[in-house]
Amino acid sequence: MAYEIVASLCTGCCACEPECPNEAISEKKNVFVIDPAKCTECIGHFDEPQCVAVCPIDHTCVIDKAYPRYEVTA
Amino acid sequence: MQSTIASVSTQEVKPLEQLLEKIADHKGCGTSSEGGKASCGSSGGPVDMAPEVWEKVKNHPCYSEEAHHHYARMHVAVAPACNIQCNYCNRKYDCANESRPGVVSEKLTPEQASKKVLAVASAIPQMTVLGIAGPGDPLANPAKTFKTFELIAKTAPDIKLCLSTNGLSLPDHVDTIKGFNVDHVTITINMVDPEVGQHIYPWIFWKNKRVTGIEASRILTERQMLGLEMLTAAGVLCKINSVMIPGINDKHLAEVNRAVKSRGAFLHNIMPLISAPEHGTVFGLNGQRGPTAQELKALQDSCEGDMNMMRHCRQCRADAVGLLGEDRSAEFTTEKIDEMSEVVYDAATRKAYQELVEAERSEKVAAKEAAMADLDVTDIKIMIAVATKGQGRVNEHFGHATEFQIYEVGSNGSKFVGHRRVDLYCQGGYGEEETLPSVVNAINDCHAVFVAKIGGCPRDELKAAGIDPVDRFADEFIEESAISYFKEYFARVCAREIVHVDRGDADIRQGAYSAAA
Repeated sequence: MAYEIVASLCTGCCACEPECPNEAISEKKNVFVIDPAKCTECIGHFDEPQCVAVCPIDHTCVIDKAYPRYEVTA
Repeated sequence: MQSTIASVSTQEVKPLEQLLEKIADHKGCGTSSEGGKASCGSSGGPVDMAPEVWEKVKNHPCYSEEAHHHYARMHVAVAPACNIQCNYCNRKYDCANESRPGVVSEKLTPEQASKKVLAVASAIPQMTVLGIAGPGDPLANPAKTFKTFELIAKTAPDIKLCLSTNGLSLPDHVDTIKGFNVDHVTITINMVDPEVGQHIYPWIFWKNKRVTGIEASRILTERQMLGLEMLTAAGVLCKINSVMIPGINDKHLAEVNRAVKSRGAFLHNIMPLISAPEHGTVFGLNGQRGPTAQELKALQDSCEGDMNMMRHCRQCRADAVGLLGEDRSAEFTTEKIDEMSEVVYDAATRKAYQELVEAERSEKVAAKEAAMADLDVTDIKIMIAVATKGQGRVNEHFGHATEFQIYEVGSNGSKFVGHRRVDLYCQGGYGEEETLPSVVNAINDCHAVFVAKIGGCPRDELKAAGIDPVDRFADEFIEESAISYFKEYFARVCAREIVHVDRGDADIRQGAYSAAA
């Protein structure tokens, strides 16, 4: 799975963008979006997903259930 | 005398020729610096302030109360990201009619910000200070913040640069701040005890983790103190902002005051909590109240030992433009700036205008000193509310005032002690009956209100509330007038014509000022 940003909650503050270890976050129409193909849920990088940890509005960065959980490939 | 520059703060800038003509009229009292001191004895430089410090703050409206009548600031909102969460802040809320820190209508790129600064500086020649104050934390957006400084320093080197931070990443950036010649940094410090801090800061983002509870405040306070010490060592002037939150840190702020003073902070600005429920902040939603005017003043008075207290802060937006207390940001939207093909930086007009302002300031200070010459000794102090639109003069109509400046006057002369926002009494040419009680509540601790003009109805109602409406000082300097009024008042008390009584408390308006666009 990957994380996704709930557009209606995003304030466009950009705090998440530089924190993402995978450069998966970019701005689109004044809010930010996560590229699910690049998101690793921060597994292997940090203990907690950086976008979730830094976002000022709770429940804005959430698991995108459309994708399977990310797994570290050998 | 008539104000020579009164019209500038409203809309247009006078053509250069007119300015130069006016400057010629004021010759003989310029402010060409010699050894860091303004000529004419004292363009307001306090006796206890080192000349090099005065040189840094004298044209900075946020660092000098005296300067804030004459000089304007602007904030550019290039720094939206933040690295901490505060219970008095809600980043979701964004409204053009709101004026609070953290609120902004649109964020800018450093390039847009730089163009905006040039456009504003050319239209408002008294704009001397460019600050980056968010809407997040400038040092949580270091690339954008410093790029903006770089662009502005290149094209408009006379503009002072400053920034405001929560301090968490401050120690990492002190060298860069120094490198850009930023001589003013504001740190918001609400506590020096993590036990207190846990009720103000739910979390911080630190070393790739969200840290909560006491631990968050412990890290924050350590970083703030370290950052302050480093700035002091680097010779950067530091102002400390503290939000007064009754029941949480009101008693504790005296300790904060001692802690920051001992680490070299230059100025302490204790501000009232803004916590209206409609702002959607944690404090707003859980009913945390802000202080009353008297509570705020008592705390500020108690901290005013050897440290300067700032009482003229308007808690402005992260994209505010203009004199403190006014906001002209609507005139300079990104759309309007983008439409301008090329902005020419008009350094000559700015310099000419600022020379004129300096002449006015010297005149104002001299007038105050002259008025103080024969003040009687007494314990009596009175408070006076003043309707002004700048230049240190009584030059606003009662009905047009969106705020009143508050002066305390006694044997030691006059002192600016605060300001009160009010709803416009007069809208569309007629007085709104229902707004008068709120105006009276806002200045209820004052014995008199100085205005340029006032209608018959509000005059009678103010009298009924025990506040003396005074229009005979129209266009005169505020402090000179306040001292004259006090002399007359004291003479009447001595002659037993009136009995002096202290007045009650006053409200600090929660819904913040917004420009009547």
